Amino acid sequence: MSQFAINLIFVGASFALYIGIAIWARAGSTRDFYVAGGGVHPVMNGMATAADWMSAASFISMAGLIAAGGYANSTFLMGWTGGYVLLAMLLAPYLRKFGKFTVPDFIGDRFYSSGARLVAVACLIIASVTYVIGQMTGAGVAFSRFLEVDSNTGLMIAAVVVFLYAVMGGMKGITYTQVAQYVVLIIAYTIPAVFISLQLTGNPIPGLGLFSEHTESGMPLLAKLDQVVNELGFRDYTADVPNKLNMVLFTLSLMIGTAGLPHVIIRFFTVPKVADARWSAGWALVFIALLYLTAPAVASMARLNLLTTIYPDGPTADAIKYEERPDWIQTWEQTGLIQFEDKNNDGRIQLYNDSPEFAETATQRGWNGNELNVNNDILVLANPEIANLPAWVVGLIAAGGLAAALSTAAGLLLAISSAISHDLIKGSINPKISERGELRAARISMAVAIVVATYLGMNPPGFAAQVVALAFGIAGASIFPVLMMGIFSTRVNNKGAIAGMLAGLLSTVIYIFVYLGWLFIPGTNNLANTPDNWLMGISPLSFGAVGAVINFAVAFAVSAMTEKPPQEIQELVESVRYPRGAGIATGH
Amino acid sequence: MADDKSIAQAYWKANLRLIAGCLVVWALSSYGFGILLRPWLSGIQVGGADLGFWFAQQGSILTFIALIFFYAWKMNQLDKRFGVNEE
Repeated sequence: MSQFAINLIFVGASFALYIGIAIWARAGSTRDFYVAGGGVHPVMNGMATAADWMSAASFISMAGLIAAGGYANSTFLMGWTGGYVLLAMLLAPYLRKFGKFTVPDFIGDRFYSSGARLVAVACLIIASVTYVIGQMTGAGVAFSRFLEVDSNTGLMIAAVVVFLYAVMGGMKGITYTQVAQYVVLIIAYTIPAVFISLQLTGNPIPGLGLFSEHTESGMPLLAKLDQVVNELGFRDYTADVPNKLNMVLFTLSLMIGTAGLPHVIIRFFTVPKVADARWSAGWALVFIALLYLTAPAVASMARLNLLTTIYPDGPTADAIKYEERPDWIQTWEQTGLIQFEDKNNDGRIQLYNDSPEFAETATQRGWNGNELNVNNDILVLANPEIANLPAWVVGLIAAGGLAAALSTAAGLLLAISSAISHDLIKGSINPKISERGELRAARISMAVAIVVATYLGMNPPGFAAQVVALAFGIAGASIFPVLMMGIFSTRVNNKGAIAGMLAGLLSTVIYIFVYLGWLFIPGTNNLANTPDNWLMGISPLSFGAVGAVINFAVAFAVSAMTEKPPQEIQELVESVRYPRGAGIATGH
Repeated sequence: MADDKSIAQAYWKANLRLIAGCLVVWALSSYGFGILLRPWLSGIQVGGADLGFWFAQQGSILTFIALIFFYAWKMNQLDKRFGVNEE
């Protein structure tokens, strides 16, 4: 059977499973649609949160970026897990006690202002749409590979599938399908990693294999990798980074973004009790960690395997001939995500770092520039093929990548659609809208969000994980601070919250657009996105943490200059601090 | 809402103290050992790399999990001690 047929079987079977569950659990009322009836067990909720959370960015893109950047990109690992600590301690239990459907509900009530609610809706939509762009990028890569089409066609197919899928279920469908998706994606991620770890180190646990001995050379795996990349002019894989400020801010942006992203917070409204919200965050992180402890191993092993494939006799000997390249390079060339150009016309594939420092060595070896461009987003999907694993493993990873992209895209679309239909239309424009009308508005807004994200996904402002990181920066700068102030301060008032959110959102979005293009439209950026141009070396990906500080400062300053919140609001704040008396989440 | 205002305040103070303690550990394992203090930990070897590298790639994640469960467990005790737990 061909690889193509095997991919189809794996992807088809996993889809049939999700759609089956979605139909079985089809949402009836609006309560079901948004919070799954309020009765989901913490472990199940943790698993669904993990699937919702781990998107194309985690599954498809992250290990590729770590492989390319080494230690410097550990920021993704720490940032996307550390936010759960903030969520469990600073937000989830209190928002659960508050007991409303959505994040703008909380902000609107706590800051007794429909203006604050509207600003929150705007922040939420901007962050979520940016996030969906990242998902579409990743899903497009996965579809283009397994259907063997070019990446834009893959993206279109992804858009149609995501739409059908998200519109059908609502939250209830999504909670149970996401449990299934978690199982598919974790198996798909782990099995190839176990095989590869066994091949390279003899250790069946990839997370431990990372720090074990490389069987072939007898050196520690990471020392071997450092040596190989070094001989090709790259920085050491484990090398420390000079710009620690940027690394700290980037990690912090991802963490507060995790705690500020509405599609994750909304998960904690679905557990029965306040205590369960705390446990749920812990369980979610356990299930996430199963992938995140494996990811750094996948990254380093894939990098080593890739370089060994190109230089079978070691990096100081000749590279392989283009004519003799393995099949996986040929299939990925069809998608346009691997490109080869024989710059020195020797018929061999030279892959190395084209830096001024290495230029002399390269010239001595008769090299005329790096000849192979490998898109970082393909590394995880190509990993089993690079390691010569059996065809079914390749099919499995295609199914897993799609599960990751679809589950998150669906969760985000739900957050966007509920922000529009519930918070914007029902909350402000037309409070008397019928349940049917509300559901219809939710579905229309999903469709619009997908179209926008697909269009921008054709020329994404970065690799999937980087686009997603931008969304985190935006959420972290705008939503996280007001949620925190809403719970931990009785003094911050409506004017402070609105000014804070606007200041955080605008400073971050403008900083991003200046370097990456206005509304992410390519070519409209004012400055080239290079470290020399960044303010104090802070990359657009890291600016969310700065935006959050601005948000806090502005909110406190404005509140201090204006009146105290009314007595009943101060009492409301006090009441969310104590678990007793939490009912199930409601809409009113 | 707790019946007695002073009990409620004592509960909230105890919660804030616990959060502060946990966040110190949270920051130390990631920003501390994983990033800023890494040069000082470079003498400690962990399988081909150093302790800071391990914290950045795995150690911080394991610490985070332990922290959340510790916090949830401690808070359940606090809820009961102060009588603000859910029925």
